[in-house]
Amino acid sequence: MSSADTRKVWKMSQTKPYRVSHLDALEAESVFVMREVMAEFERPVLLFSGGKDSIVMLRLAEKAFAPARIPFPVMHVDTGHNFPEVLDYRDTRVAELGLNLVIASVQEAIDSGLVRELPDGTRNRIQTPVLLAAVEKYRFDALFGGARRDEEKARAKERMFSFRDEFGQWDPKNQRPELWSLYNGRHHPGESIRVFPLSNWTELDVWHYIAKERIALPSIYYAHDREVVERAGMFYAVNEFIVPKDGETVETRRVRYRTVGDASQTAAVLSDADTVEKVIDEVAATRITERGATRGDDKVSEAAMEDRKREGYF
Amino acid sequence: MSQAVLESDEATARPMDLLRFATAGSVDDGKSTLIGRLLYDTKSLFSDQLEAVEAVSAARGDEYTNLALLTDGLRAEREQGITIDVAYRYFATPRRKFIIADTPGHIQYTRNMVTGASTADLALILVDARKGLVEQSRRHAFLTSLLRVPHLVLCVNKMDLVGWDRGVYEKIADEFTSFAAKLDAPDLTVIPISALEGDNIASRSERSPWYEGPSLLHHLEHVHIASDRNLVDVRFPVQYVIRPQSKDVTDYRGYAGQVASGVLKPGDDVMVLPSGMTSKISAIDTADGPVDEAFPPMSVTVRLTDEIDISRGDMICRPHNAPAVAQDVEAMICWMDETAPLRVGAKYTIKHTTRTARTVVRGLQYRLDVNTLHRDEDAPQLGLNEIGRVKLRTTVPLLADEYRRNRTTGGFILIDEATNRTVGAGMIIEAQ
Repeated sequence: MSSADTRKVWKMSQTKPYRVSHLDALEAESVFVMREVMAEFERPVLLFSGGKDSIVMLRLAEKAFAPARIPFPVMHVDTGHNFPEVLDYRDTRVAELGLNLVIASVQEAIDSGLVRELPDGTRNRIQTPVLLAAVEKYRFDALFGGARRDEEKARAKERMFSFRDEFGQWDPKNQRPELWSLYNGRHHPGESIRVFPLSNWTELDVWHYIAKERIALPSIYYAHDREVVERAGMFYAVNEFIVPKDGETVETRRVRYRTVGDASQTAAVLSDADTVEKVIDEVAATRITERGATRGDDKVSEAAMEDRKREGYF
Repeated sequence: MSQAVLESDEATARPMDLLRFATAGSVDDGKSTLIGRLLYDTKSLFSDQLEAVEAVSAARGDEYTNLALLTDGLRAEREQGITIDVAYRYFATPRRKFIIADTPGHIQYTRNMVTGASTADLALILVDARKGLVEQSRRHAFLTSLLRVPHLVLCVNKMDLVGWDRGVYEKIADEFTSFAAKLDAPDLTVIPISALEGDNIASRSERSPWYEGPSLLHHLEHVHIASDRNLVDVRFPVQYVIRPQSKDVTDYRGYAGQVASGVLKPGDDVMVLPSGMTSKISAIDTADGPVDEAFPPMSVTVRLTDEIDISRGDMICRPHNAPAVAQDVEAMICWMDETAPLRVGAKYTIKHTTRTARTVVRGLQYRLDVNTLHRDEDAPQLGLNEIGRVKLRTTVPLLADEYRRNRTTGGFILIDEATNRTVGAGMIIEAQ
């Protein structure tokens, strides 16, 4: 049959549209990726921080293996700088799903001398060696991460299956070409693969999916009143990690968190969005990227994210 | 404006779908500007991204804001002013979400273009109206047809620099159309644009009253992609067997996978390859409950009425419509490894659908010059970015279709067994 004939047959067979929405297509792709990992790796683990992206990833894992339980543990790289609402959420979700939770504690690593506290007290950068030590200890060979390519331009060049050498390093100039849906997860002992099932999702896709699936989130993602201080145009919650300096005024503002990271570095945004629908409207209208709006850690330099990724960060 | 309102009304009636497209162009033909323009016009460009780019551009002394910096994410790229790797960008309109695989025009062009095109519904090629078609335009068109990208758009850019001369546009369009015809190229659309000034991008421009076709964005939003999927040949590569080990669910055995082509329904007679055993579909499950039918690209779990031995790498199809069960395969291969060429007699790991095997290169029939399409039958090997027709023999049978009929069951990758690198991409011509 010539290809023109083939095309005609396909068209004729389509009395029905067989339409697939963009969210269904993204979900199908993510589920496929998770199943590939389960089929081809020995010790996968899912990085679960209690942030919205990892929550969506966990939902996709439920979908991929139903009616069986999620067949791998989850790991939290715990900086010790947490929002209590997020820790509660983490523990509730883990219990509901009957999951095994591995905690890689940055505080313990500091106490044991594996890493040293930075002079500014931030712990984003020092979580990388803690993560790598846990990978080595538990011999994880595949690590699911919730990073998305739309987040940041170094991440825009990341593969779905990202090879890491025995030091956990990313070499952006030496990535494996990724064709069709054929993912190459081959690696030698000690090496590992970071897997990003949400690569093709945007922040808005994630929120649309949260709405569609009625996924519960930690309350701090929705608008609430909170005591904050303003630093460099960003609003930081006053808590044990953020202590107002001289000249800073503490004020109560209506805010929500667009991202949830290290509590000492993650800022809130001014917002009245207290429902998922309002958040979607807000995200659709915003003119600032979520990292640009909320992460002090990405503002260090033009290549801050790339440098951290090379060291083994997500 | 009224058109936009109409479209969003229409959009509420149907969900957004997804279109993946690859962009290719030569150096300086305005590809980055075009992508920047698409993102800007669809409000997908964020002010902090733009500010960062403006700051870097100003610091480098660029005369205007260099939108290429938006996509050049790596330090080496910014330092050297080149794009190294495929970058993925996202934007959406009320009708569609778009994923752009932006492939660099110069370095590693073939490897990157092939990678980007492998998943694309549409390829967008740019030419500079002042220069007309160049060698790379033809090469990109050829790669698009080799990868069977169903839709091709040629943007004749920088029309402002030729005074919107209709004759210039038509000469390029005619030349490209006749070249594309030789390639058995898919659906072709040619659009005159100015990416810098935004003409014919988001809406039709008054500067080209003689042009009666759609604006680029209108075309991207409306090009019909649903029937590009093969809904005839049932192909369901088994990815993973789901067997819950819990007391809540007993005796469950489901075959998880993503539908490669065709429509599966409960009650259908099926055949499982390579065993050839037949059975019936008893149910098609998803986490949200059973479904009446499954079609591409759905990820589902299929259950059968009979207990037969099925594992990852097997394929569920129909008794009278099955792929070849083949150990001898002829394919076009694009070589992607800079460390060693493809040689006759060499062994590789082959990954095809969910099946992995070993393979040996039995012969290299010819190497294709992607610029002239000349076939060199004396070529001893395939080097980086070279394409040739190759004969392979595999250790276990592949369950394969011709790539031109099925991009999922016709495509494969080759992996170097020592380095684990992905070294080649293959498109099956014949399998037996």
